[in-house]
Amino acid sequence: MNKFLLSAEGLNKSFSGFKAINNLSFYLETGELRTVIGPNGAGKTSFLDLITGRTKPDTGTLNFENNDLLPMNEYEIYRLGIGRKFQTPTVYTDHTVFENLYLSLGGSRGVWNSIFTRIKPEQKQRIEEVLEIIKLTEKAQWKAGALAHGQKQWLEIGMLLAQNAKLLLVDEPAAGMTDEETHRTGELLLSLAGKHTIVVIEHDMTFVRQISKNGRVTVLHQGSVLCEGSVDYVQSNEKVVEVYLGRKAKTV
Amino acid sequence: MTQPLHKRESLWFAAVAFLLVILLPLADAFGIIDHFTLNTWGKYLCYAILAISVDLLWGYTGLLSLGQALFFSLGGYMFGMYLLLMIGKMGQYKSDLPDFMVFLGHTQLPSFWKPFYYFPFAALMVVLLPGLLSSVFGYLAFRSRIKGVYFSILTQALTYGAALMFFRNDMTMGGNNGFTDFRFVLGYDVRSPGTKRGLFIATAVLLLGVYALCRWLTKTKFGLIQRAVRDSENRVLFSGYAAANYKLFVFVLSGVIAALGGALYVPQVGIINPSEMTTEKSLEAVVWVAVGGRGTLVGPVIGAISVNALKSYATRAFPDLWPLLMGTMFILIVLFMPKGIVGLPTQLHHYWNHWRHHRKPSPEEEEATAELTTKPTSAE
Repeated sequence: MNKFLLSAEGLNKSFSGFKAINNLSFYLETGELRTVIGPNGAGKTSFLDLITGRTKPDTGTLNFENNDLLPMNEYEIYRLGIGRKFQTPTVYTDHTVFENLYLSLGGSRGVWNSIFTRIKPEQKQRIEEVLEIIKLTEKAQWKAGALAHGQKQWLEIGMLLAQNAKLLLVDEPAAGMTDEETHRTGELLLSLAGKHTIVVIEHDMTFVRQISKNGRVTVLHQGSVLCEGSVDYVQSNEKVVEVYLGRKAKTV
Repeated sequence: MTQPLHKRESLWFAAVAFLLVILLPLADAFGIIDHFTLNTWGKYLCYAILAISVDLLWGYTGLLSLGQALFFSLGGYMFGMYLLLMIGKMGQYKSDLPDFMVFLGHTQLPSFWKPFYYFPFAALMVVLLPGLLSSVFGYLAFRSRIKGVYFSILTQALTYGAALMFFRNDMTMGGNNGFTDFRFVLGYDVRSPGTKRGLFIATAVLLLGVYALCRWLTKTKFGLIQRAVRDSENRVLFSGYAAANYKLFVFVLSGVIAALGGALYVPQVGIINPSEMTTEKSLEAVVWVAVGGRGTLVGPVIGAISVNALKSYATRAFPDLWPLLMGTMFILIVLFMPKGIVGLPTQLHHYWNHWRHHRKPSPEEEEATAELTTKPTSAE
């Protein structure tokens, strides 16, 4: 009945008078790799907070596969298949890389189950697959806290893969990475598109150009959508140049 | 690499079990150590059980509860009610009623006291009442996402409120004098060396059982999630786990463990009163855990025994200075020995390396070497 995987309509959210999200509408089709850009304070991370249940909108609707997300909390939304990578890498620093992925695998989330369950061969295999994808096989037994910043980012993406999320919300995956790591992250995300639906928030325009070759780009400004389209269209749009690229060009 | 480590640990466990359950009681029976010493150690072992319950919350789950003395005392009170009724007519007033009730002018036993004539009922209540209280309190606190210092303050308030209630005479729980002068437990004379030996063995078995249970639990996936809640609760929620349920489970389990320790504590020290459930007592248990090494299971046991041994000595040698001494010790440990006594060998090893190489290894290196020398994975 709804052709969109995720649809947000008329979202509003203010924090003590500041309108972080202003009448925002956003539609996402299954299998898309969507990039969201926008200057600082445009509401990118706030928007992810609304989708994942970290904060609730003042008004508006949020639907995922015909499920109303508004009455749900973080872990209920997660269980629908929405995974999130945070802006600053959020992994379990005192657990090994392997354990981080183990905790992220799909399956029961109940207390009793967690006490009596044992790791199964197919789970181990899946973890090894993910380790291969995120290139951390060698470091499976390292504590996640001992990883380099870029590797933590990869681990967190790996945790979303282990979860086998339908929708991956990826907040600034390239932050703090070298150019080469950034490029590899881009390739990883491109290889996942189609199998998963992905929303990437990013600042780095080279990276954005890389991953949005075939996808659409949404520009947020002051809490609402400024424009949407291919990366070339967006980059040549006058309004965008004015509020975002123009300002960036000045500072560079 | 896991196997030999496991084996060595089991050997240690067996050795300690042999010492506590067989050797010490035998030494006591043949007069090699005196009864007083064994009794004192029985008390320390009860404290060790309390300390494990504190660490399960604080060290493993990141919940600093200042209410564990309450659950310890509640367990003690429940068992104390049974012990008090077993005195029978042998009290000061030669009445069927406990002394304090006669003194307060009661003519018959309040109805909630009656079932406590039966040992099984009392034993059940030792587990049930603290379990129920921790369930209700934990449910409300965790559902409202009360965290960190606010959680500590709330548990402190709970303990304080309960102590005030128990101080009241009209609660018919002995007021500020509490229960004392116990005579019999299961028909045996509480004061006889044989019974005391039995109680010591029971305490040792309970401690070993609690240790083994917690050891097993912290090695399961549950244990992984428990520590994940401690390190990054947000990630846990965004990995689909209802963190509140996990915290509630740990809180109730810890409450019950503390209560069991308290139930065995009371017949061994011969008294229970509301001063046992004050916040200071909870804080003391936190100090034991910090001294021994939190986030480990051996740490709380070592901490509880060593701090209390020191306390026994210090309160005789210089009684006025003990609180100061304990406070200073806590501060120094937190500042300079964050991993407590258990972490000391590793810490010294690091200093030794540092001294040898005249340089400090980078944090990554430290983590990496620590990782290589300790356990590989617990998920296996």
